[in-house]
Formats: sequence, C-alpha cells, structure tokens
Amino acid sequence: MQVLLGGGLLASAVSFLYPVWRYLVPPVATDLGGDSVVAAKVGELKANSGKIFRFGSRPGLLVRTADGEYRAMSAICTHLNCTVQYRSDVREVWCACHNGFYDLNGRNIAGPPPRPLESYAVHVNGDDVVVSRRRGT
Amino acid sequence: MAGALKMKLTRQLLSLTVAAGCLLLPATLWSAEARPQVAKSSCVECHSAFPPPTGVSEAQWAADIHAQKGLSCASCHGGDAKDPSPEGAMSKKAGFRGKPKRTEIPALCAKCHADGAYMRQYNPSLRTDQLAQYRTSVHGKRLAQGDTKVAVCIDCHSVHGIRSAKDTRSTVNPLNVASTCSRCHSDANYMKDYKIKTDQFAGYSASVHHEAMVVRGDLSAPTCTTCHGNHGAAPPGVASVENVCSTCHVFQAQLFDTSPHKAAFAAMGAASCITCHSNHRIVHPTDKFVGTGNEAICTNCHAAGDPGFAAAGRIHDDLVKLDEALKRSAEVLDKAERSGMEVSQARLEEAQGRDSLTKARVTLHSFQPDKVEQDTQAGMKIAAKTYQAGLQALAERDYRRKGLGLTLITILVVLAGLRLYIRQTESKNQSGGS
Amino acid sequence: MGSAPEAAPRSSTHRNPLVRWLDERFGWEDLLAPLRHKTVPVHKLSYWYFLGGITLFLFIIQVLTGILLLLYYRASANEAFESVQYIMTQVQFGWLVRSIHSWSANLMIFTAFAHMFSVLFLRAYTKPRELTWLTGMVLLFLALGFGFSGYLLPWNTLAFFATKVGTEIPGQIPVIGKPLLIFLRGGEEVTGATLTRFFGFHVALLPGITTLLIAAHILLIQRLGMSVPPSQEAAWKALPPSKREMPFFPNFFARELMAWYIALGVLGLLAALYPWELGSKADPFVPAPAGIRPEWYFVFMFQTLKLIPAKVGPIDGELLGILGFGVVGLIWVLLPFLGGDRYGRRQVFIRGLGVFALAYMLGMTVYGYLAK
Repeated sequence: MQVLLGGGLLASAVSFLYPVWRYLVPPVATDLGGDSVVAAKVGELKANSGKIFRFGSRPGLLVRTADGEYRAMSAICTHLNCTVQYRSDVREVWCACHNGFYDLNGRNIAGPPPRPLESYAVHVNGDDVVVSRRRGT
Repeated sequence: MAGALKMKLTRQLLSLTVAAGCLLLPATLWSAEARPQVAKSSCVECHSAFPPPTGVSEAQWAADIHAQKGLSCASCHGGDAKDPSPEGAMSKKAGFRGKPKRTEIPALCAKCHADGAYMRQYNPSLRTDQLAQYRTSVHGKRLAQGDTKVAVCIDCHSVHGIRSAKDTRSTVNPLNVASTCSRCHSDANYMKDYKIKTDQFAGYSASVHHEAMVVRGDLSAPTCTTCHGNHGAAPPGVASVENVCSTCHVFQAQLFDTSPHKAAFAAMGAASCITCHSNHRIVHPTDKFVGTGNEAICTNCHAAGDPGFAAAGRIHDDLVKLDEALKRSAEVLDKAERSGMEVSQARLEEAQGRDSLTKARVTLHSFQPDKVEQDTQAGMKIAAKTYQAGLQALAERDYRRKGLGLTLITILVVLAGLRLYIRQTESKNQSGGS
Repeated sequence: MGSAPEAAPRSSTHRNPLVRWLDERFGWEDLLAPLRHKTVPVHKLSYWYFLGGITLFLFIIQVLTGILLLLYYRASANEAFESVQYIMTQVQFGWLVRSIHSWSANLMIFTAFAHMFSVLFLRAYTKPRELTWLTGMVLLFLALGFGFSGYLLPWNTLAFFATKVGTEIPGQIPVIGKPLLIFLRGGEEVTGATLTRFFGFHVALLPGITTLLIAAHILLIQRLGMSVPPSQEAAWKALPPSKREMPFFPNFFARELMAWYIALGVLGLLAALYPWELGSKADPFVPAPAGIRPEWYFVFMFQTLKLIPAKVGPIDGELLGILGFGVVGLIWVLLPFLGGDRYGRRQVFIRGLGVFALAYMLGMTVYGYLAK
C-alpha cells in the first residue's frame, strides 16, 4: 500500500513537474509579432526593391522606393486575395494573379482590384525597419 | 527624413480634406433635394393634379437634377412658366412647344448637352459628345431611319425626374443599368421585329459580373454599357471582343495573344474570349471548362488524338491535382484546428498555395501546358508542406493525449493508494478503539 | 497556535528521523497538534465539506499557473494577444498551462458558488460563524473580480467588448458612476490603459487581498470547528452514541487529497481535450460582433439587465437593475446578522430565499444562453 501511494505520488509529481520544467525552457523563436513588427533590417533592402514579411497572420509588403524611402502595405490583393509583389521595372505593386496594379501608396490603379491595399506606417528604429498599423484613421 | 515625413503628412492631410470636401458636395446637393428649393412654376401647379403622362408631381420634379440646377419646364417645353393663366403660359407667342416628338428628343437634349461652353457652367467634367455617340449607336441609326420604337434619351434617363447617374436611384446608375436596358431588350413582344435574342438580361443576371456588382457591391464591375457603350450602344463585333474584355482582363488577353488559339480562332472567324466564356451568361469558370470531360469546352473543337486534346487533358489534370492537394491540406489543418491546435503559420502558407492555383488558372489562357505546370508545381510544393504541418499538428495532439493518459494513470494510482490508506488506518483505529 | 517554542533543545520521540529533527528544532509536532485534534463530523451531508477545500486547491493552482504565465505574458495592447498566442503555440506546454489556468478559474468560481450555497442551506453561516461568512462572501466577490479582470488579459475581440459592456454597468450608478468607470478603464474608453490596470488588479491587488482573507477564513474555521447541520445536530442530541467524527488529519485530509487529485485529473482532461480558445485579436475599430456575452457566471445579471425595460416609472431601468443587484448583494453579505437565531422562524424564510436565488440564477443563465 505504501509503495502504491508513495510511487503514485512520486509519479504524479513527476508528471506535473515535467511540463512545468519544459515550460520554463524559453523557445527559440522569441518574436511575438503584433501591431508592429520588424519587417527588415536597415540595409537588407536595396533601393527599388520589395519584400514580403509576416504581419500578424497575414502577409505584408515592404517596399524601398528608388529614392530610398520605405513604404509598407498589406500584401493581400483586394481582388481575390492573392499575395502582391513589388515590380522594380514599372516601380509599382503588382498582383501576378490577374495583373492588378497598385501605386506605392497602395491605391489600385489598373486591373481588376476594386479597392486600395491597406497602407501601414513605417519607421526606422536603430537597425530595424518597423512597420505598424495606422491607428484611428 | 523627418522633414520629408512631415511633408508627406501635410500632403495626406490636404488630400484628406479634399476628399472630405468631395464627399460633402453630394451631401449638400442631397439636402437641397430633401428640402426642394425649386423655383415655383405655374406649370406644376396644374400638372401635378393630372394623371400621367401629362401629370408631373411636385416631388418628382423636385428630384430632377435640371430643376435643382434652376431650369424650368419651359427650358424644354417652351412657353412661360411664370404666367399664371394656362392660355398665357402655353401660348405660341411664348414659344410653347408642347410634347416634343420622339425623333426630336436627342437634338433637344443636345441643345444644352452638346454645348461645351454651356455645360461648363454646371458640370465642367461632363462629356458633351452624347449626341455624336448616339448617332453611331444602333438606336441612333434606327431613329434616323424613322424607327421611333428605339431608345431615345428619356427612355434610359427617365423624364421629369432625371437624377444624376451617380445617384443610386437613377435609372442609369451602374446598379440599375441592366434592368433599365432589360425593359425593352427582355420584352420578346417588343423586340420581335428586330430578330435579336431577348435573353441577355437573364444571362447577365447569372454571370460573375452581375455577382460582382450586386452581391459584392463592386461598382466597377461591368454592366451592359461597359461592353456595349452607353450613348453609342452597339454590339462590339467579333474582332473587338478581345479588346473589350481586356480593358479589365489584361493578363488573360496578353497570354491569349501568345497562344496557338489566337491564329486558329481568327482563321475560324470565332470571337476570342466569348467562344469559351459566352457573352452575357459569363459564369464563374471551373476547372472542368478545360480538359477532355463532358463539360469541357475544349472538346467542341479538339478530339482524341490531336495534340490540343492531350494538352487540354494535361492542363486539367494539373489544376485538379493542385486543387485536391490544397483541399487535402486544408482538411488536415481544419481537423488540427478543431482539436485546438494552432496552425496559423501553415494557414498563411496555404494562402500562397491557393495563389498559385489562381495564377495557374490565369496562365492557362496561354494554352501551353508547360507554363501552367510551372505554376501548379510551385503550388504543389507549398501544399505538400502545409499538409505536413497539419500532420505534425495532429501528431502533437496525439502526444498531448498520450501525456494526459499517463498523468491520469498516475492520478488513479494515487487515488487507489489513498483509498487503501484510508481503509487501513480506519480499520486499525476501529479495532484499536473499540 | 500552541505554546511558545522553548529556547532549549528538546527531545522528540518521533520515529521518522526527519520529523524528529524538525521537531527538535521548532516543535513541529506542537504545530500539528491542533490539526490532529481537529475532527470532522461524519454524516450523510459530509460531502459538502469538501467544496471549500477544492476551491482552495483550485486557487493554489491558479497562483502556480498564474506565476508560470507571467514568465511570458506581456501586458500591453500591442503585445498581449501575441504573447498569449506565443504561449499557446511556441512555448512548450504553454497551451497546457494557459488552458489549466482558464479552466481552473471557471471551476473555482463554480465551486465557490456551490460552497456558498451549501453553507447557506446547511445553516453553517449563523452565529458564531458570521465572520467566516463575511470573509467568504468577500472572497466570492474577489473571485468574480479575478474572473472579470483576467478575461480581458488575452486582449481578444470577445473579451474587449465584454469588458466594454461590463465596465459600462457600474458607470450607470449616479454620482460615483462616472469616476468609477474612469477608474476601472483608466480613461474614458477601454484601451491599452485598461489592460495595464486590469493586469495590475489581476496579478497584484486581488491576489494580495485574497491571500490575506483566505488565511483569515481558514483561521476562523480552525477556531470554530466544523458546523453540523441542525437536523443532524438534533439527531445526535437525541441519541448521543450515534455521533460520529473522524480526525481531520490524516483521515479527512486523505479524502480531501483524493478530491484534489480528482480535480487535477478533470483539469488535465479539460485542458488536453478542450484547450482554451484564443479568438481573434481585439480591434477597437471593428463593430462589436453579434452575441457578445460575458463569462457564464455573469450571464444571469447580464440577462436581467437586458430584460428590465428602459424606464421603470421615473427611474432608468438599467440603474434600477444595478441598484437591485447591489441591494441583494448587500443583504446576502449581511444574512447572518439578519437571519437571527440558528433555529428561529426566519431561517425558513432564508432557506426559501436561497432556493429562489439559486433557481433565479440557474434560470436566468439558461435563458441568457438560449435567448439571442
């Protein structure tokens, strides 16, 4: 009886403490994401190029214009939810699915997209290019 | 940098103010309409009591954009709207014209609407070529030949209550154009002399374009006038179909131009897009359109043994394969999500897989299986990855359940131990106590 | 408790060397003595005695898992949702810790309510146990405060709007309503400031007060012993040899431990099979989704407020409801002082009141879930 009780108590304690111990080990990925996210490092993007980054659970598009300015917007095409990309040859944002075009402010300028892309605010913080959702506009 | 940012901000603020102004403008028109401030005229006093067609109610006239801009009955009908007596108001001396003949109406409207200098006072951006356009239309040509059954200005724009096309209540607002056209074009009795079909409206109502306009509320979606023209309304003609469609579907047209179908269709005298997609009843295409099955359009021309038949089969198989792979992955992810697992990263990637499928469905307009396969292969890779992620999530779920099972076993062992302990100590106590 | 420890080394006769060592240092056995002498009456209603213990156990679970959650949680509008998502997806066994915390919180509120009603119906709250009842009632309100403040912390849409509605309610009280609302929200609106505030309440203010009150509550129970229901008491008085008791330690304690282990098993089962949902991140600029409802333990109040007409005579309906609940709450807290004698006539009335309250709460909760 004592073996049963003692062994049981010990085993259950182990089964309670094991998850706790594993919980205490910090995971490798430490970036949480959020309303603002580090989309790129300064210098990562050449002028006149773009990159897709993860913004919460959706893709975002960070563009560095030919003048070196940063622009960011949602990368989900307003037509049929494809992921858009930056076209350095025409210097516009392009959706490959149905040839929709947006300007660098996210406005739909050609092709089927019915609405502009949501544009995000960008600021450079030290070495990070930080993109955040615009509030209350 | 900071200066540039500030500049940008100011610019944005400015554009915002302008936008707000533009928004307010119709609102002021609206309020003007809500409280009719239309000049009183002696005409409406009597005519509001008449039954149609000579009856014009005060509310109807007040809604008319011409009334709101300060025009009077006399602007079209002549006469003197200020004279209180019917005889005076409608005297020949005052230039009273009465009801204009149908054949005269386009020219009557054009008196102002074709006059750039005059129209600039009211709406500088409004076009003034409506009459010229009308004369090129089937309606205009027939009217010139003396056919008074065809549409003139007032048939589409209504009369005595003409609203701006931007007003959603206007008969020529994009939302209402199709039903306005259908008033004549769906009336088999009315159209029987013209020997043209009357199923256009029914077809359009079942089309993707109608769905985009009405269900999704996308006012840029096409309606009758987008393809046929409005004042110059006429069928586009076989050679122009591709030009018309490609104003929106640019990519498909470009791909089509590089495809073997371009020359083949031209040789057959078949119009490009509508040969496969039809004209008015343009339904949402499915992967069955292409291929060699019963519903496949390709088999109208291609038969087993010719290379086009094989290509169609290949394109169809590639699309279906990717579609099924994506569905399988979605199913696994759904299952994992339902059991409380977090799979948002896989979901994000899955969306890109669906992109590839959408893209492949566009690429097929090149009718080159290799090009389509490039797109579907990219999608297949993603689908395989997300499927794996789903399986992993399910494995994690099973791992949790096993862990739970083990813990429950230890808990049961403890409970059994405690039970025994209680029984033992209490039987000891009782035997010792009593 | 017990006598003051002696400065001189003392001898202990305990057979376990560790206990003997402890006993010789600070009189371990003396410390345990009251527990050994404490007895628990044994009768057919004894099972209700477990509820308080289970509630205490669930509270301990809350403290432990709460501390674990604090390692990764970040209390800001920008990061709260993401940090909980991070706990649920990236941190090993994070899903387990958070799910247990959420499930245990709900079970704790449930057992606390059950404990309150069992004490009411067994007439355990009457003289001399007025203070135990008083501390218990305050603890119950604190538990509701824990629930309300903790609900917002993941910063998801449902919680955001439930908090908006929930803080609106005290805002209706005349004179103090508005300042109270601003105090709760940390401003006019539910914002990141509210989150910070609720976080503070949830992890510092409430746990501190609760721990002190639990200590007082247990101390009072320790001093007064277990209450025996009047019917049982009468039976035992009539026939003294039929009176049965068991020592608290180890007999009752072993049973309580069994109850705790069962509770642990249930928690594990719930957490593994039904991990607590996360929902979607709160966005103040989207319209409130349909079917906004508070946590289940607030539904009966929520539903009542919805049913009261906008105006009752000259008074605002909502205000009337809030004042009504306030008055009822106050009466409930003061029950031992209003009820008079343990065997008096008024007890029948109070029992009826209790049955009515229980039926009302159950009925309104069910109605709240069935009605749209």
